[in-house]
Amino acid sequence: MLLQIILSGILVGFVYSLVAVGLTLIWGVMDIINFAHGDFLMVSMYTVFWLYTLLRLDPLASLPIAALVTFVLSFLTYKLIIKRVINAPGLTALLATFGLSLFIRNFAQYLWTPNYRFITTSLVTDKKLEMGSVIIGIPQLVAALGSIMMTFLVVWFIKNTKTGRAIQAAAQSRDTAKLMGINTEKIYAVTFGISGACVGVAGALLATFFPIYPESGALYSLLAFVIVALGGFGNIAGALYGGVLIGLSEALGGFFLGTQFKYAIVFLIYLLVLQFRPKGLFGW
Amino acid sequence: MLKVRNLSTGYDGVPVIFDVSFEVREGEMVSIVGSNGAGKTTILKTISGLLKPFSGEIEFLDKRIDRMPAHEIVKLGIAHVPEGRHVFGKMTVRDNLLLGAYTLESDTDIKKVLEEVYEIFPRLKERENQKAETLSGGEQQMLAIARGLMSRPKLLLVDEMSLGLMPILVDKVLDILKEISRRGMTILLVEQKVQEALEMADRGYVLQTGRIVAEGTGKELLESDLVKKAYMGM
Ligand SMILES: Nc1ncnc2c1ncn2[C@@H]1O[C@H](COP(=O)(O)OP(=O)(O)OP(=O)(O)O)[C@@H](O)[C@H]1O
Ligand SMILES: [Mg+2]
Repeated sequence: MLLQIILSGILVGFVYSLVAVGLTLIWGVMDIINFAHGDFLMVSMYTVFWLYTLLRLDPLASLPIAALVTFVLSFLTYKLIIKRVINAPGLTALLATFGLSLFIRNFAQYLWTPNYRFITTSLVTDKKLEMGSVIIGIPQLVAALGSIMMTFLVVWFIKNTKTGRAIQAAAQSRDTAKLMGINTEKIYAVTFGISGACVGVAGALLATFFPIYPESGALYSLLAFVIVALGGFGNIAGALYGGVLIGLSEALGGFFLGTQFKYAIVFLIYLLVLQFRPKGLFGW
Repeated sequence: MLKVRNLSTGYDGVPVIFDVSFEVREGEMVSIVGSNGAGKTTILKTISGLLKPFSGEIEFLDKRIDRMPAHEIVKLGIAHVPEGRHVFGKMTVRDNLLLGAYTLESDTDIKKVLEEVYEIFPRLKERENQKAETLSGGEQQMLAIARGLMSRPKLLLVDEMSLGLMPILVDKVLDILKEISRRGMTILLVEQKVQEALEMADRGYVLQTGRIVAEGTGKELLESDLVKKAYMGM
């Protein structure tokens, strides 16, 4: 039973990691926290849901489309909103993304009502993997594997491509990056886009086993923020480990203290870590 | 090649450069010398587009560049080696150099220029896969210059090469700069080390609190009363 709990905690943890990687990437490159990050995830879930409902597309098949939608959405968020406030003092950028988050949620409610929606007949629905006493849901397993793949794809892209190197350069010094001939505006927009694609993939993977409603993303925004703080702001590897850690502690907390307290455990860990390692567990 | 006319600029509306004019001709090595806070760095930043002029004109190869964004100025052929080196510390030496070649399109060009640069800086080739932040100060300065050369510039702007280096290393980086100049590169060097900078330059300008107060060949300036009094304590 405990093994079961640990496994499912780790699996969902990898999805959290992917969401957090998207968030920490933006912070690492331009020191901005995107409060609408989780809402992009919700948009991805709805994208998948409507493609499923209207066109009978399986969520796994529409995953690339959802990722593209959130890439574009996030890219445009930079171009239309962030770009104007990125040099403004203090909390301006933060408040702008907060406003965007509220807008997206309310707009989703207006368009699609607050009702819970479910995808009930996908390729992975209700499938299970049984190994002795341990049972793993295929949707969760696929979500974890998909998230791991996307996370490594993003890391590979940043490490090994020309655009990726430019992203790293812009993260370390904006002016010096410009002196290399890098159009930092473009790189910032692309970074936002990649961040959006991360939650797009995560949302599509979650859509097969989570309810879809306008507030779906709220929890993810919050958890991703906690994970980013734990892993060290801007630290991609930290986000990866942090996600798994939070997935685990949520599962174990739920098991030992009851599901209603599982997030209490998560935030307790968060507060403790901030007390003793304010730069995050991995951020030295 | 580069013409700066009546340039005034500064930060947040506060001017620090007043009505400065100078030029750099093809193949020359020109030095702008001046003490702490004279405005040397500010001038270079304005040429490379990091700062915008309040007034005046900057022309490069007969094109106005004073309203262009920095990344397009690089494409025209100006490379700026910034003060304090500013290498990308978390990245390898090789990745730093590849970033220098960001504006080059073809992979064969990039490979070729990388080989050329490694030939001038064999030390960097040895350290290719090392993170830039683990290099010594002198090596980082070499890397900053090498990175500047990677874009195949027509004009190299070099800010305070000697900053924070031991005298023996200063001579070494200055020798390298001379070698690059001998190979035909046009160079604009700004320096606090007045003597060294004027000795190696074809021509020079003396900058005091944002104004050019003297100009001439390196030799003329070194022999002038102004330079002797103000910078050599004679
Ligand atoms: N980012 C900035 N914001 C406001 N003022 C600045 C900024 N950078 C430089 N200044 C001011 O502009 C003036 C010229 O500075 P600049 O850095 O160009 O001098 P410099 O000749 O390069 O000096 P050094 O030899 O110390 O490098 C100084 O008075 C400085 O205080
Ligand atoms: Mg300076």
